[in-house]
Amino acid sequence: MNISINNSKALQFALLLLAFFVLSALITPSESNYLWRLPPLLSALPTLINDAVQFIMFDWMPIQVYDPSIEEFEEKALFREITRSISNGFLFVITFVREIFLGGPKTIVAFTSWDYVSENSWANWPALPWTVVSGWAIVLGFKLQGIRLALLAALSTTYIGVFGQWEPSMQTLSFVLIAAPVSVLLGLVLGIWGYKNKLVETALNPLLNVAQTMPHYSYLVPVIVLFGVGDQAAAIATIFFATPPMVRLTLLGLKNIPPEIVDAGMMNGCTQYQLLRKVQIPTARRDILIGVNQVVMQCLAMTVIASFIGAQGLGSNLMIALNSLKIGSGLEIGICIVLIAVTLDKMSLAWANKQIDYFSDKSFWDRHKYLIICAMILVIGIFFAYLGKSFFKENFNYLYIVPHNKGITTAPFWQAAVDWIWDTFFFSLKSFNEFLIINILVPMKEAYLGMPVAATFLLVMGTAYILAGIRSAFIVAGFLLFIAFSEYWDRALITAYMTSFAVIVAAVLGITVGSLCAQNNRSTKVILFICDFFQTFPSFIYLIPVIMLFGITDTSVIIAAIVYALVPATRYTVEGLRNVPAVLHDAGSMMGVSKLQRWLSIDLPLAFPHIMLGVNQTVVFSLFMVIIGAFIGTTDLGQLILKAISDSRGTGIGLTLGLCVAFIGLAVDQILRTWANNRKKALGLE
Amino acid sequence: MSAKNQSVNNEDVIIKCDSVFKIFGDNASKVLESSNGNVDARDFLSAGCVVGVNNASFEVRKGELLILMGLSGSGKSTLLRCISRLTEPTAGKIFIEGEDLLALNNKALIDLRRNKMGMVFQSFGLLPHKTVLENIAFPLQVKGFSTKDSMLRAKEMAELVSLDGRENYFPRQLSGGQQQRVGIARSLAVEPDIWFLDEPFSALDPLIRKEMQDEFIRLRKVLNKTILFVTHDFDEALRLADRIAIMKEGVIEQLDTPANIVLNPATDYVRKFTKEVPREKVLKISSIMEPVNPSEKFGDLKVPKDAIVETVAHAILSQDKPVAVVDEDHEIVGSLHASHVINIIFGGRSEKSSQD
Repeated sequence: MNISINNSKALQFALLLLAFFVLSALITPSESNYLWRLPPLLSALPTLINDAVQFIMFDWMPIQVYDPSIEEFEEKALFREITRSISNGFLFVITFVREIFLGGPKTIVAFTSWDYVSENSWANWPALPWTVVSGWAIVLGFKLQGIRLALLAALSTTYIGVFGQWEPSMQTLSFVLIAAPVSVLLGLVLGIWGYKNKLVETALNPLLNVAQTMPHYSYLVPVIVLFGVGDQAAAIATIFFATPPMVRLTLLGLKNIPPEIVDAGMMNGCTQYQLLRKVQIPTARRDILIGVNQVVMQCLAMTVIASFIGAQGLGSNLMIALNSLKIGSGLEIGICIVLIAVTLDKMSLAWANKQIDYFSDKSFWDRHKYLIICAMILVIGIFFAYLGKSFFKENFNYLYIVPHNKGITTAPFWQAAVDWIWDTFFFSLKSFNEFLIINILVPMKEAYLGMPVAATFLLVMGTAYILAGIRSAFIVAGFLLFIAFSEYWDRALITAYMTSFAVIVAAVLGITVGSLCAQNNRSTKVILFICDFFQTFPSFIYLIPVIMLFGITDTSVIIAAIVYALVPATRYTVEGLRNVPAVLHDAGSMMGVSKLQRWLSIDLPLAFPHIMLGVNQTVVFSLFMVIIGAFIGTTDLGQLILKAISDSRGTGIGLTLGLCVAFIGLAVDQILRTWANNRKKALGLE
Repeated sequence: MSAKNQSVNNEDVIIKCDSVFKIFGDNASKVLESSNGNVDARDFLSAGCVVGVNNASFEVRKGELLILMGLSGSGKSTLLRCISRLTEPTAGKIFIEGEDLLALNNKALIDLRRNKMGMVFQSFGLLPHKTVLENIAFPLQVKGFSTKDSMLRAKEMAELVSLDGRENYFPRQLSGGQQQRVGIARSLAVEPDIWFLDEPFSALDPLIRKEMQDEFIRLRKVLNKTILFVTHDFDEALRLADRIAIMKEGVIEQLDTPANIVLNPATDYVRKFTKEVPREKVLKISSIMEPVNPSEKFGDLKVPKDAIVETVAHAILSQDKPVAVVDEDHEIVGSLHASHVINIIFGGRSEKSSQD
């Protein structure tokens, strides 16, 4: 019976492809032919969104606000006042944290005035010497987990300090230290609310879907309009982006709590709050922690992108370096970002796991030793900074801060390496590049652009119907219709072509590598560790080495997308294969299957649904990278989004384009996820 | 039972269920209303409702151990959850010490659970992020005890269930039996009057289960609580219970003492369970003895009326004369012929009923 079903699906696909080619051949390419391209009925949408936002920001619900500088009441729009106070609040906190690390009077000014600061010299905060912050980080690492985390903290802070990246790193850190906790808290609250209230969950779901598949860029314009330009806007954009995974994982964690634990909590007489605080959240800790981890990662991934709207720090330096092709310094900054990401990641994990151990009888010294050590570090650090002041008399005080460009740098070495690569491999790289572009990418691009819209719909809806049923087919059609009616269909096709190329290559490589590594325990551990490690890299980092090798071309973007997307493809393959029940292996062995036979006829069919979920992730990852690639000059949707940032009326365009990208991702997600879930159920894996 | 007895016993009734129904489904209460209390599982199923508990009425007295016995899906756990109000019954009344449980507001319910109820769960329901001691102390801390007091008390409880030495282990580091000891200690930490156990030993290996049952019997003697115990294991029920309620499809088929259930199964369904039961291991002398016949001459052997038949059968069978049955005060309360014992154990379905 299984055989007949498989065959009928293959037959359906064959018929579908046949119909697709017939349609493609029959429909003539002309703008007036609606079967070729749909009319841009939604072309007014961006303007509409713009006008709506403008209205809300400047005209809606005017209220009287007292302006102290002109000593009069002024009429201002309520919404704008709200958003402005939010951004001011964020700005204040970010400035405060930043001034602890870097010094400055702005926080004092917020409470007083510039005059007050110039009159009182104490109001100019000195920064903490970098040695003190390093020492604290090391102590914190040791307290949280032990010597390994302390070493990691030491490595990171020393690298950052010695390489002269202290100032931008602390700027980035101050922004992450605000954005990450707010995202975590917001995600936790929304997740709990969704868990308590079915209605909220239903409402949250589509919002989260869109928010998670919208490219980073498209948040930027609306955020500028609502919250202005600067670090606070960057933090808010980051929060928009980092909160959804936190909400998701909180919900998931809470839902996975064994019902008996909740029952037990209730029978122990917990109030609703006690149940949540002491039973449910701690029990769901594992998933919530993964959420925290994702938030930290997203925050660091956003640092680069947020520099478009005025975030200071490593991100903007990296962007400048990449823009001027200073690969060496770009690499150094990239390493900084990765080190901060890894350290924060490990620390947040260790912190949450540390909560377990809290009761025992301790002496005063035992209870407070870390605080005392920290205080000692503070005193010693300041003492040495003072010594340094007299020691490095004319120069810079390296014990206080290593200024930018005054630290050790390996940039010339990397630059030389890049030059050497270019000199040595120029022809082979160039010919590979040309071969890829001329023989594969361009024909593929033309094929995509040569598809009549009717044929595209037939193909996509047909695939959705065969794999996931009639409901999915209509949902997918809805997503596509939005894109087809917008002005951006052709651009979307280019995005789709780059993404699908990246996905195909990444999936083939990932499944191969994953299958090979899943064969024994040791290689499984190694590959999962590598996946974990690469997953902590913010997406932008992937662009650095490929630009080193291929310069600024479509090839670079596609290769970066492939590498980036390789991680989920591999991970899911390994997970899927390792989760095949051992008893099936034993059964297979007793029937005398060879290793290859086992892989083909036992492992792969059972793991395939999970692998497809990996492919689904691969699609999302490569979509992101392709859009980010616009930054180095591709001609798809991403480029338009990037343009919208500098357009004063770009809110609508940015959002519409963002939705287009999101809908491509969601359409694929709908098909693959439904199929994988159905298949998992059919195989009895869930 | 006389009217006088009834009024005296009323004081002693700790749990009282009065026509409790639990129907699962979207329009359960509406369907139930239209049925006028005549619930038929099949009719309800076609209306989209699943019958969990069907018209359950019974009382549990102070210090009594009532076991709800049934196969999976019989509604035994649902009934227990109704009485602990983890599930809201669809209809009926439940009284805890004369107080209407279903009328309690949230605060009063929490109060009741904090002070009067303890519950043990089949898969333990331990908090994975807390150690043994913290888990046991949890209900106390929820109640507002200081860390020190709750920990001291938790240590006592850990000793009570022989977990000393493992106080700082996490649940994942313990075996199933040990985890359930933690669950038991936790449920007893607040010294509840009423103790609910929902298939507490079903997830354990047979040997450990036996050990835990012995432990349970020991604890019960020490603590003297009113206990509602759910199990699907008929042997376990016979071994532990004062009375057993056998449930099927939400209906209590029979509620009686173990001996009466074995000797006089009320329905064919109950008979299926009792058929295979080795009676000599279940029945007490008191449930098979005959009234004293003054003309009879007793032999030298005297057996206590609470002895399990198996333990004294060998001695009785070696006697020619009838054996005297004595109570705690060594008064003769009944007599027993060897032939009668053989008849009970190996004979057909005796209709002999208890004279207790």
